[in-house]
Amino acid sequence: MEKRAVFKSWWLPIVFALPQLLLILCFFYWPVAAVVNWAFTLEPPFGGPAEFVGFANFQEAFADPFYWNSVVVSLIFAIVGPLFAISIGLVLAIAVDRQLPGSGFFRFLYILPYAIAGPAAGMAFRFILSPERGLAASLNAMWPDIWNPAKYGEHALALVIIIFIWKWSGYTFIFLLAGLQSVPRALGEAAAMDGAGPFRRAIDVQVPLLAPTLFFLLVTMMTEGFVGADTFGIVHAVTEGGPNHGTEVMVYRIVDEAFKGLNYSGASAQSIILIGLIMIFTFIQFRFVEKRVHYK
Amino acid sequence: MADIAIRAVRKSYGKTPALHGVDLFFASGEFVVILGPSGCGKSTLLRMIAGLEDITGGEIAIDGRVVNRLEPRERGCAMVFQNYALYPHMSVAGNIGYALKVSGVPKAERERRIAETAKIVGLQDYLARRPAALSGGQRQRVAMARAIIREPKVFLFDEPLSNLDAKLRISMRAEIRKLHQRLSATSVFVTHDQVEAMTLADRLVVMNRGHVEQVGRPLEIYHRPASTFVASFIGAPAMNLVRSRVEVESAGIRFGGAMVAIDPAFAAKLRGQDVTVGIRPEHCCLAAPGDGGVEARVDFIEELGVGRVAYCEVDGLPFAISLDDHTVVAAGDSLFLTLPSEHLHFFDIESGRRIETDAAAPVAAPAASQHSEQTMGVH
Ligand SMILES: Nc1ncnc2c1ncn2[C@@H]1O[C@H](COP(=O)(O)OP(=O)(O)OP(=O)(O)O)[C@@H](O)[C@H]1O
Ligand SMILES: [Mg+2]
Repeated sequence: MEKRAVFKSWWLPIVFALPQLLLILCFFYWPVAAVVNWAFTLEPPFGGPAEFVGFANFQEAFADPFYWNSVVVSLIFAIVGPLFAISIGLVLAIAVDRQLPGSGFFRFLYILPYAIAGPAAGMAFRFILSPERGLAASLNAMWPDIWNPAKYGEHALALVIIIFIWKWSGYTFIFLLAGLQSVPRALGEAAAMDGAGPFRRAIDVQVPLLAPTLFFLLVTMMTEGFVGADTFGIVHAVTEGGPNHGTEVMVYRIVDEAFKGLNYSGASAQSIILIGLIMIFTFIQFRFVEKRVHYK
Repeated sequence: MADIAIRAVRKSYGKTPALHGVDLFFASGEFVVILGPSGCGKSTLLRMIAGLEDITGGEIAIDGRVVNRLEPRERGCAMVFQNYALYPHMSVAGNIGYALKVSGVPKAERERRIAETAKIVGLQDYLARRPAALSGGQRQRVAMARAIIREPKVFLFDEPLSNLDAKLRISMRAEIRKLHQRLSATSVFVTHDQVEAMTLADRLVVMNRGHVEQVGRPLEIYHRPASTFVASFIGAPAMNLVRSRVEVESAGIRFGGAMVAIDPAFAAKLRGQDVTVGIRPEHCCLAAPGDGGVEARVDFIEELGVGRVAYCEVDGLPFAISLDDHTVVAAGDSLFLTLPSEHLHFFDIESGRRIETDAAAPVAAPAASQHSEQTMGVH
């Protein structure tokens, strides 16, 4: 039997847990309750208690073509970004895992972007990939407007997705490298004896055994793409949703509506839809992808 | 079919040397067992043949072709790993057929050969299972099948039986032997189990601390160990080794209060010199008390079922004696021994190397000498 510390009094453990409970209450349950409350009510313009309006706030959101635009933008962002972030992290992790000379240095290098805040990376890339400087400028000189995120929504969306990928590849890299290092080395050696080259070994042995890690990353990265602080931060710092709503992801639109448009009710309704969307996505992933994941 | 030549091969991990210049030649179709204690560099040597480990110095040639710079797949070796290293996400059929799949053998042909190979190792009913759903012995067979299906020139085994229980190990040992007779590919088998080594080997390589101590046929090594290390490593219980001085007047060595006679000519050669004398527990004979035998006090007895081993003390040093079923002794008894001079081994006290006597004549069959010639030992 292991020994356990048992509290004699009932209030002492509660006192210990209190700070954490208060934090959760203030920053999680209370906002959630407020959001649900706002989503189904409207503040009368000239004061007075909030009025229950049922699903009117939701109907309003669904009727707005810009809302549907933000859903599409978010879907593109949350699918393309994570897929590339995971693929790049995977390639880098497999390369570093081979432990060729200098791999320690590169391991350090590849993790670095993750340590940089999204908005800061966004600001940097705004300059690096701005159409009137550097490589982009020469390209534009040859083919006018081949790259101009200030003018074209698609270019702007590509820009924010690139920044997301740049930062989060470091994160997926850490997990995938850890995953690779737990794959027994003898398996790779057995495959080498069986005649498989490095590429073949990666596809046939390493990637299948990384499936649980890949699945985990898929879920967390897509959630990050939909609602992550970086998604908002990057869009906010780089494009502010523009041009012409071309990069207006759902989170950005919600914050914009709530704090610029002061439409708490509409923003709350959209938040709830977003949460619902993430739940559906996660459910689909668990239902259909997880089944194909081998844990043994 | 291929021979393997290992010439002055060295290996260091960073600055720590693991192998110090190994010279060996394995003839085509031979079954060679590399035996040695843990950490002596057996696996390292095997992995260098396989191409899984870089060669720090010297060269390895398979079938006359130097393979130092070749990838594992270009060397034509198949390897069975200690932990089997089966692909956990593939079925048994997938595991066995992976090499064929990689080399692009068409599906129908592949399936035919998988079925054929599975039959050889008795796995035909398990082809659809995952390795996780197999017993240890079955996994071992999958690992064997995976090696066999490639029809390699060289088989490499790294302690493939050490994870099996004693009974299964014996039956797998027999199967490996049978398989070798059937395929007759050159096989290199690494183990630290001397029984496995003695029973499997055409030729035995004994290694210690990155050196080759002795190469030869199992019986030759048993009867004429080249050093004290080999003497104490091969044989269970281990050979008794005592330090003694050769006295020329009486043509013998003084031991346990008695004089043990040795060949006079040999005694003359070593006169007055200190040597390490060895005798195997199974070669000690009992004598009647008062016959001038070596006196040994029994410390404890180990029952083996067939016979027993008495662990004794002679001159304050441990000394083991194998006894047959009929000899009943108890702890505290005194035994009197005669040590037949033809069974005595002599080793240099400094280097531990064997000193040849004419009395301990070579026991090895003449056929062995052909192999022993190719043995170059240590550099
Ligand atoms: N990757 C490595 N880095 C550093 N030293 C190593 C490495 N692999 C092996 N060694 C060292 O090389 C020596 C030989 O190792 P090796 O694995 O060949 O031993 P072995 O004879 O196979 O032992 P065992 O019976 O325990 O498997 C050991 O002293 C070991 O510590
Ligand atoms: Mg080993």
